[in-house]
Amino acid sequence: MTDLSSLRGDFPILAREINGKPLVYLDSAATTQKPQSVLDAMDRYYTQSNANVHRGAHTLAAEATDLYETARGKVARLIGASPSQLVFTRGTTTSLNHVAYGWGLNHLSEGDKIVITIMEHHANIVPWQLIAKHTGAELVYLELNDDFTVDTSTLDQVFDDRVKVVSFSGMSNVTGAIGPITQLRDAARAVGALTVLDAAQLVPHTPVDVDDLDVDFLAFSSHKMLGPTGIGGLWGKRERLEEMEPTEGGGEMINVVERHTSTWAPVPHKFEAGTPPIAEAVGFGAAVDYLSKVGLEAIESHERAITGYALERLSEVPDLTVYGPMDVTKRGGAVSFALGDIHPHDLATILDQDGIAIRAGHHCARPLMKYLEVPATARASFYLYNTDDEVDKLIESLHKARDVFGLN
Amino acid sequence: MGMSDLDELYRGVILDHYRNPRRKGKIAGDHIHAEGNNPSCGDEFYLDIVIEDGVVTDAAMQGQGCSISQASGSMMMEAIVGKDVSEIQDLAHKFRLMMTIEEGDNPVDESRPGAVLGDLEALQGVRKFPVRIKCADLAWTTLADALEQAAATAS
Repeated sequence: MTDLSSLRGDFPILAREINGKPLVYLDSAATTQKPQSVLDAMDRYYTQSNANVHRGAHTLAAEATDLYETARGKVARLIGASPSQLVFTRGTTTSLNHVAYGWGLNHLSEGDKIVITIMEHHANIVPWQLIAKHTGAELVYLELNDDFTVDTSTLDQVFDDRVKVVSFSGMSNVTGAIGPITQLRDAARAVGALTVLDAAQLVPHTPVDVDDLDVDFLAFSSHKMLGPTGIGGLWGKRERLEEMEPTEGGGEMINVVERHTSTWAPVPHKFEAGTPPIAEAVGFGAAVDYLSKVGLEAIESHERAITGYALERLSEVPDLTVYGPMDVTKRGGAVSFALGDIHPHDLATILDQDGIAIRAGHHCARPLMKYLEVPATARASFYLYNTDDEVDKLIESLHKARDVFGLN
Repeated sequence: MGMSDLDELYRGVILDHYRNPRRKGKIAGDHIHAEGNNPSCGDEFYLDIVIEDGVVTDAAMQGQGCSISQASGSMMMEAIVGKDVSEIQDLAHKFRLMMTIEEGDNPVDESRPGAVLGDLEALQGVRKFPVRIKCADLAWTTLADALEQAAATAS
């Protein structure tokens, strides 16, 4: 196991106490904590270089533009992409909405099929529901195997020439299951459909290269990878971005505006209407610097080890059910579970008394909860700063929850 | 710290109502139906009540959610059946007062006339967990909706 525990000092919040106990932060699938270098980069931007981008002739405007575009380059490099194909958005949700409205609305019609999976986050369900309603296209779900991975045995029946787009998660934020990326991409390509990858839980945790993935669109968020909230990325193949309509009009995204018509700025600016989140982009770039310094391979190996340890310890807790693959090669570090008849919210309250932050609820994946026939789950999720010692504290606190609810 | 606040939150009577909810089910005949949910956490509460001559003569609940939301609902069922609507309004007011009162005050001080809430007092521990107050409130906001429907129908 890669020892990353020395990194903990880089994250000021990890020194906090919650209810008199050291914070054990196990909610990185919701949002990650930020290293000092990210906070410093954003602070430096506001104290030294704050100005609007892409328009001023003065020194600060040039500095701000340079910082913003440098950040774009860093984020693009992390996923092996050209900066000219990397759109800054508000986050994964906005990225997926860009694709749904900018591409889907103009390329889908009645009778077409949109394929997603039952393990999607609402961000990759609701935009497609809206587009299905607008266009008359049909929304089709792939279901799961017993080990919570996506069932690909039905692809032959689902994929016909009516399928125009396949949009799915690279890694479930609920079960942690890794999506069958290559299989779905190939099935999509065979019928001439596009592939959209929700990589919100993928890019932060594993090395990603868009040339290797060879999908049409890739969406991800800064705040799930040590960066600030309010910014994320949408990468697309050049021809796809070119054929996609802008979903927002305004400043920055235009070439020439006439009374009744306008022409668009080149990609990626065509999709960045209005003043962008500049400080957030700078912070995002600093987060990428940090991740690159540690190395995504090292992060992935650390997470795999700690997830394996957590699954092993969780299986020792009586009445505990894990909702997700038990094979660490098929999953990431988001571990959903239930403990006896203790509702996940009660569990979260009890764990919080020990300073342990987990998520409880439907994790923005209500169709998946229905499918699994659970009202909600508790979820512990791990990142580069978590330790085995924190897993032990989680287990100890789960035993305490059993006491409180009289399960012993 | 810790365990004592938790013990206060999860008193035996709350866990008993959570595991054995009273009046669980639906009412077959004429009744008023109301539904409540907390979208942020997914707690759901469905209420059927029968009001005859201003008195709640029957009530049934269904729902799913945390122990606090479901126990609060179950306790409410026991508290309202057989009471007239004005008594229930008074009870609802006292319950709300109990959930919002400042630290240190005792809203169920027995020396205060009419301040006794019975089993419902067990929910006082929720006040130390502000994010959970909405769980305890769910059944009561659903009831308020049902009573509003009843008033609208009557007038």
